[in-house]
Amino acid sequence: MHAKEELLACVVARLIGEAAHVAVGAASPIPAAGALLLKQRNPALRLSFQHKRRGNPFTEGSRELFDLAGQGRIDVFFLGGAQIDGEANVNLVRAEGRRFPGSFGSAFMYAVVPKVILFREEHSPRVLVPKVEFISAAGNPVALLTGKALFAWQKEKRRFRLESVHDGEDVRELTGFDYDAPQLVPRTPEPSDEDLRLLRGPVAKEMAANYPGFARRVWPGIS
Amino acid sequence: MTPEDLAAHIPDGALVALPPDYSLPAMAVVRALIVRKARNLRLLGVPVLGLSADLLIGAGCVAEIETSAVSLDEAGLAPRFTEAAEKGEITVRDATCPAIQTGLQAAEKGVPFMPLRGVLGSDLVKNRPDWKVVDNPMKPGTDPILLVPAVSPDIALFHARWADEAGNVWVGRRRELATMAHASKQCFVTCEEMRPGDMLEDEVLAPGVISSTYITRTAPAIRGAWPLGVAGLYDIDDAHLTRYASGARTREGFQRYLDEFVCTPKKSSSPASLPA
Repeated sequence: MHAKEELLACVVARLIGEAAHVAVGAASPIPAAGALLLKQRNPALRLSFQHKRRGNPFTEGSRELFDLAGQGRIDVFFLGGAQIDGEANVNLVRAEGRRFPGSFGSAFMYAVVPKVILFREEHSPRVLVPKVEFISAAGNPVALLTGKALFAWQKEKRRFRLESVHDGEDVRELTGFDYDAPQLVPRTPEPSDEDLRLLRGPVAKEMAANYPGFARRVWPGIS
Repeated sequence: MTPEDLAAHIPDGALVALPPDYSLPAMAVVRALIVRKARNLRLLGVPVLGLSADLLIGAGCVAEIETSAVSLDEAGLAPRFTEAAEKGEITVRDATCPAIQTGLQAAEKGVPFMPLRGVLGSDLVKNRPDWKVVDNPMKPGTDPILLVPAVSPDIALFHARWADEAGNVWVGRRRELATMAHASKQCFVTCEEMRPGDMLEDEVLAPGVISSTYITRTAPAIRGAWPLGVAGLYDIDDAHLTRYASGARTREGFQRYLDEFVCTPKKSSSPASLPA
């Protein structure tokens, strides 16, 4: 048995792939867990967690993160959205009369970081829409990962392609935008025993320091 | 000087630059501003805001806010900001983090604007007539780039570990606060402790110091960032933030929070009464 968050962290680790420097911004515990999992296998990987409470990587706060990214020194970054549309635009500002926190660094990071992974746990027509109401940021991601499915981004066609679903459920009805899909949609690979050992050991410990609420929820009694 | 004195010197209508919750917010002064019933403040989030802004907005102290986001991080949405923005009670000028930092960097250099990469496909640009897109004059051909105007806040407000007799403050690794201080017309700082002497004479301390050149007023405030943290001294009070985030979803719940933690002078300004 594994938690959904553990499976998502494994997918994140796979999506990061070959990278030298991964940065994680505000309120992104699953991307952080995935990056930490990958680091267990590749200790040379540099991780910069903007919200690290002790031993924060920066001595000039988030300005340093954005300057690093602007120079091309960050290989991978994660963006979410209150809405994400079929053209990979993200909206962090407002939708259906509701106000969301704001765009953070997305408008900049989407353009300057070579490998942007879109991540949003909720997979619903409310979040995955045909057209966002406000474009916080536009760009070319490598993938969109949700709590139910993984999509790859086809840059030339400007269209998502469904890669896999996490628990076999068809997601067409849950997805507000149109996308390409193979006839038979594979299942997302489950975490291996080794993945789970690492997640519940060193990763959970590290996560508890920076995302205490998340760690308590996913790994009660471990973290 | 006390946090209340600093709040008294922040006039209604001032443009006040504030750090995020993780970068030394001067919460004792935020509470004092609410007690003194500050009005029409314009907040600049450098580059995002959290509890400080949510409290000030909920208490009716704010007319306008420029920021890249307002959130309580792991505790969730900032409830008073969210409601005020949805009801149109405050003006929100949406930005993106490096645009705010770039505007301050232009001000600290004394130049009228600075360029910034990225951002161009974002609707933020359409909503910011003060931002301009030009062709890179350094390169032949088409290369559009965003220009952000310099911004000089009236007052930068933050907390520090130490202030010294010479009027310097020590913010350690939070050197991004120096940009805010350099760019602002005045800078008000609360500190955990006063130190004798001049920290700029200490080679180990000096890199974390903001020189008195930029500092207008300082006031001691033990646990002055609470319920946020000071790295190495005390952690963020996560339980308190979680309680705030759920309680302040309603106006009544927010008022109860103010009554308990802000408007009762003992709890708002007496360090001894704050949870250790």
